[in-house]
Amino acid sequence: MELNGSQIMIEELKAAGIEMAFGIPGGAIMPFYDELLKADFPHILTRHEQGAAHMADGYARVSGKVAIVVTTSGPGATNLITGLANAQMDSVPLVAITGQVATNMIGTDAFQEADVYGCSIPVTKFNWLIKDVNEIQHVTREAIRVATTGRPGPVLIDFPKDIQITNTVYTPRESAESPLPAPREYPELDTEGIDKLLAAIERAERPVIIGGAGIIKSGASAELAKFAKAAGIPVINTLLGLGGFPGTNELFLGMPGMHGTAYANFALCECDLLINLGARFDDRVTGKVSSFCPKATIAHVDIDDAEIDKRVHTHIPILGNVRDVLSALNEHLRPGDYDEWRQTWTDWKENYPLQYDWDGSIKPQYVIDQIQEITEGNGIYVTGVGQHQMWAAQFIRFNEPKTWVTSGGLGTMGFGLPAAIGAKFARPEKDVWLIDGDGSFAMTLVELATAATYNVPVKVAILNNAYLGMVRQWQELFFEKRYSHSHYPENPDFGTIAEGYGVKGINVTDVNEVRNSLETAAEHDGPVVLNFLVNKEENVWPMVPAGAGNDEMQLAPPSREAKS
Amino acid sequence: MSRNANNTKDDTHTIAVLVENKFGVLAKVASLFSARGYNIDSLCVGVTQDPSVSRITLVTRGDAKVLEQIRKHLSKLIDTFKVMDMGETDSVEREMILIKISAPKAARPEIFQIIDVFRGRVVDVSTDTITVEVTGDEGKIHAILNLLQPFGIKEIARTGKVALTRGAKTLKGAKN
Repeated sequence: MELNGSQIMIEELKAAGIEMAFGIPGGAIMPFYDELLKADFPHILTRHEQGAAHMADGYARVSGKVAIVVTTSGPGATNLITGLANAQMDSVPLVAITGQVATNMIGTDAFQEADVYGCSIPVTKFNWLIKDVNEIQHVTREAIRVATTGRPGPVLIDFPKDIQITNTVYTPRESAESPLPAPREYPELDTEGIDKLLAAIERAERPVIIGGAGIIKSGASAELAKFAKAAGIPVINTLLGLGGFPGTNELFLGMPGMHGTAYANFALCECDLLINLGARFDDRVTGKVSSFCPKATIAHVDIDDAEIDKRVHTHIPILGNVRDVLSALNEHLRPGDYDEWRQTWTDWKENYPLQYDWDGSIKPQYVIDQIQEITEGNGIYVTGVGQHQMWAAQFIRFNEPKTWVTSGGLGTMGFGLPAAIGAKFARPEKDVWLIDGDGSFAMTLVELATAATYNVPVKVAILNNAYLGMVRQWQELFFEKRYSHSHYPENPDFGTIAEGYGVKGINVTDVNEVRNSLETAAEHDGPVVLNFLVNKEENVWPMVPAGAGNDEMQLAPPSREAKS
Repeated sequence: MSRNANNTKDDTHTIAVLVENKFGVLAKVASLFSARGYNIDSLCVGVTQDPSVSRITLVTRGDAKVLEQIRKHLSKLIDTFKVMDMGETDSVEREMILIKISAPKAARPEIFQIIDVFRGRVVDVSTDTITVEVTGDEGKIHAILNLLQPFGIKEIARTGKVALTRGAKTLKGAKN
């Protein structure tokens, strides 16, 4: 059968089971968009290409499925770069398809031309520039395979306009042959490493587990719960690992590192065996590497060889899929006696809980607490980046994986709203709450139009302190309160802005209205923006200063009275 | 022979990479170095006996830990078939250099003598200059450059280092 390039790509996308597209058309991608009308998956027209990328990102984190992001050439594609970098840092699969000027125009500074292939090399897992219509079948399949297997990540296909309309004979094939080596995504089970780890577990007196994004991406939550409970080993979840272990379980120690719980950081400092399951020893987790887990034998299970020994020297490296490794561990587990250790960390949990004071103003942590209460931990929680993100990570107790959507590695302000919209498309039956800061929200709030157009009932809670709060906190603590350009004294009225977009908007200034307004939002049949004017000077505690060791953690000023 | 016999300094590494012979691959390989602020001292790319595969030989200096990272990332690149630090194996390496030397009549006998000792080949002569071609390992190239220096080197062009493992072992068959 004779088809043009656009039709072939859409056939391949359909065959691969793509269910969702986000994007914005433009000159160099119009032939593809013309054919997209006939595709059997929906396309969501966004207001900015970055928004499209974050929507696909949020969609993938919640559904575990890959979506496509379609943009035109030049500015359409360069607007994607932040979204790709964000997905790359957090290992989130997405397939970007960008229009490109016709092949005979490439390199001539044609209208809306950019070297998108070159621009996207460092921010994608892999990328392609199609120069022949006969490559489309192979490249499209390969793109989806690369994005979704092994350590997932974003990929990009740059698709010149003339190739989009070139006809060729298309034969749908069961499997397109690849000239490349077989994928190395699932290495053979490292039984030797697993035996070493089992022996270390038996020998250990103070073991602790740190579960990262690998738990969630490999679907290992059930195996992790079985392992931790059978062994009686406490579990720390990294920012991206939250939801990988039930937040209400007694073995759960919360998040580690810069804004982790005191007891998680104490446990890291005191443990004699650290079992890292699919976390990449991010600098926000380790603090100063030389004082990270100083007493511990370190085991690291990761699917990516390049993560092992990258920052922290590993005594027991295990290259592999976390779920497979956990299954093997569960089969042969011989736990030691950790009773004394259990007493120690149980005491820490009791004596150093997360807390905040209560002074009559709207405390951001209180709003999050209330969101947690009305959703009973069963919602999907999305954030921007900054203080609000850390408070959400600290105070929400996640019941299950894939219910927490946050920009970890890149720390992309503006991620929240589009990611929340993508998350809602992935799980329409779930309540999706965006906890955002005023700074983050303002960066991509234009996507309120998308939420309104498609009636995507995301609930937005802006914790509005009129500051770039995390910057303000660092300035207060490390720059002698010189608040250089971190203040937005003339913040817009976000409630009114929401209304302008056709979204219900409520400004909340009184702490007594917090609960009511949240309930109103929850019951409203459509998107809602709640603009909470919160305490402007609240800081995130505990805190490990940048560059310091986890043993130098500062707790909240102890004189403050905890909320009853 | 010691493990690092081919690396003149401890932090110098000769890395051979077999990649798909396709546009953009070199940019991806190079970007792994630039992303970490590492300079590539020399770089040599050519097609192999299999026309779909190119061999990249590059020389770089740096911290062993960072180079291990780069090696792992090179291996991860989808269009990389094989990566090897040639310093980890017994290998033979060569580089070719073209040297244009100031050569007034009076100096020529001595210059020719040096070229002869190094088994160089004169490839061009003008009234004032001689251009010579020399092939060898890094030590030999370094030595002849030193000896020709006093006569006045006007220009040089180097190919960059290439390397092959000794014996029957090939990169394609070698373990990563």
